[in-house]
Amino acid sequence: MAILDGKKVIIIGDRDGVPGPAIAECVKTAGGEVVFSSTECFV
Amino acid sequence: MDLENQKRVKDFADEFGAENLVVLVGAAEGEAAGLAAETVTAGDPTFAGPLTGVELGLTVYHVCEPELKEEFDEAVYDEQVGMMEMVLDVDDIVSEMSSIREQFCKYL
Amino acid sequence: MNSVIKGASYVLAHTPQMVVYNGTTQTTERVVNPESEYLKELESHLRSYEECVNYWPNQVYIGNAHPDELAEVEFPYYDKVKEGAERFGKYGEIMPENEFLLLVQTCDMFEVVKLDKEFVAATKEAFVSNPIITEAIAARVEEGVELSEIEHLVNEEHAEGLYIAGKLVGCVKRAHDIDVNLSAHVMHENMMSKATSVLALLYAVRNTGIDAGDIEYVIDCAEEACGDMNQRGGGNFAKAAAEVAGLMNATGSDSRGFCAGPSHALIEAAALVKSGAYKCVAVTAGGCTAKLGMNGKDHVKKGLPILEDCLAGFCVIIAENDGVSPEINLDILGRHTVGTGSAPQNVIGSLVADPLARVGLKITDIDKYSPEMQNPDITKPAGAGDVPLANYKMIAALAVKKGDLEKKDMPGFAAKHGLTGWAPTQGHIPSGVPYIGFAVEDIKAGKIKNAMIVGKGSLFLGRMTNLFDGVSFVIQANTGAEDNSGVSEEEVKGLIAKAMKDFAETLMAAE
Repeated sequence: MAILDGKKVIIIGDRDGVPGPAIAECVKTAGGEVVFSSTECFV
Repeated sequence: MDLENQKRVKDFADEFGAENLVVLVGAAEGEAAGLAAETVTAGDPTFAGPLTGVELGLTVYHVCEPELKEEFDEAVYDEQVGMMEMVLDVDDIVSEMSSIREQFCKYL
Repeated sequence: MNSVIKGASYVLAHTPQMVVYNGTTQTTERVVNPESEYLKELESHLRSYEECVNYWPNQVYIGNAHPDELAEVEFPYYDKVKEGAERFGKYGEIMPENEFLLLVQTCDMFEVVKLDKEFVAATKEAFVSNPIITEAIAARVEEGVELSEIEHLVNEEHAEGLYIAGKLVGCVKRAHDIDVNLSAHVMHENMMSKATSVLALLYAVRNTGIDAGDIEYVIDCAEEACGDMNQRGGGNFAKAAAEVAGLMNATGSDSRGFCAGPSHALIEAAALVKSGAYKCVAVTAGGCTAKLGMNGKDHVKKGLPILEDCLAGFCVIIAENDGVSPEINLDILGRHTVGTGSAPQNVIGSLVADPLARVGLKITDIDKYSPEMQNPDITKPAGAGDVPLANYKMIAALAVKKGDLEKKDMPGFAAKHGLTGWAPTQGHIPSGVPYIGFAVEDIKAGKIKNAMIVGKGSLFLGRMTNLFDGVSFVIQANTGAEDNSGVSEEEVKGLIAKAMKDFAETLMAAE
């Protein structure tokens, strides 16, 4: 069963890992609906 | 996890239902990924935010995990995340994330 | 001709009490979880001044050791002592908190900083005997007020307390009863930024041997905002700090861009000098109280000391080409544009590979990269990884993709073209600029021929855009001798003569 298809997706990206918008681009191709995308910063 | 982000996660769980949500993290290290995952499943382990003591049990993955990658368009993933795979310790991230999921996820 | 980097300064102020009272991790914790274990344990994890001075990364920051030496030190660093560590270094110093509070008071022009009489009496001699403190600054030290007045201001008037070893010794008052932008909290934050910037300016003048009057323009590139309720970021930290530092011929302005601010400001400064607008520009920034102890919870949880216990400042002096100093080459500028996106490879591509490709250079043609030089001792226990190393891995991966590097040489790229991080996590402070002082020396000594400074900024934290940002530039050995892009006096005379002749001819033709 698909993980993302038809789901509401919350993204917690990381400035020094993978940033939110980059993850969001991927999610769109898997049928997920991004309801919130944020990027955290520890530095 | 940032307190405002915790609040948003909690609000979305109320609005859409925890079973309809998936949380994706992009943390730089396994431990940080695990902490984020723990926050949205078992509650904020730092006892600081709105998710303290809230066991949402949300489905949570790191964007670099193989079962998630399968669902993405390969070209888009490669363009957006591909290079980070060479930088991150994906094995460590996968083991942290699966351990949290096995313990705390309610909707797998 | 390209403008040159005359030199740089790097300063720290050890402020453990501000970790407790002003760092946002701690102030937030006191609001949401006042009885927390973290707050109880915090003070026992604060470092003494000596421990802070003996800390390897701090000694590298003020120039008492080269980053290459730090690379030889076994990780982690917090439990090691740098032999021969000193308060003063060739780039600056590590000022203890008590003396720093006096510096803050001398930077205050609106009587918002009040210090206890006895505290001032006990500290003044040490403060004014510091060779970097000018007579003019020493003369600004006030006698101080009764402790009871400070207690009243803190307890009744919302003033921010200033502490030494847990004891109240002063305060920063609000500068307005209603205006939140002049509240004690904001005034405190801004005064600390200003004071560390002043210290950096003083050392930059000393280190470069220029006259304080030579500086015509100052750009402040920190992350704070000063203004009142009608212009929250009105400014101007640059001119305010220049005043205290005695830069009588300077004006200036503030330039902002989150952590990328310093790199933006240095490109602007280099362009201002190259264009002839100003002969000598200082790019300066003070430190950030909010970020003190930012990752403290993780450090305490893992039994580490609170490593984010210093306010930092830096200053770089950009001047006309002197035929000797390393140049900023404005033909090789990287920039993250609106269209670049936030995919890590696009970010690094726009900042590193693209500007080099535009002038026909390969990634391996740059000897040293200075991206974000955060000290991994601070970031690794907090789960943010080794930030400089992650940058080098990405640059190496990109180099392989572009065919500039063999895949088998990837693991060695960081050691050859990289540096081990040593800068405190003060936002804009670690972003590319900590290496400039060493780069100038290493290039002059022929150890390296060039270096790329990369600044990146998390604009999304301001909630105005989701975009990332960054700019980069290259520092290279002086090419003054072979540079003939400028126009000589004879050529100018010839051009004027020709123009006059042409003009005369058109006049005659019109008759």
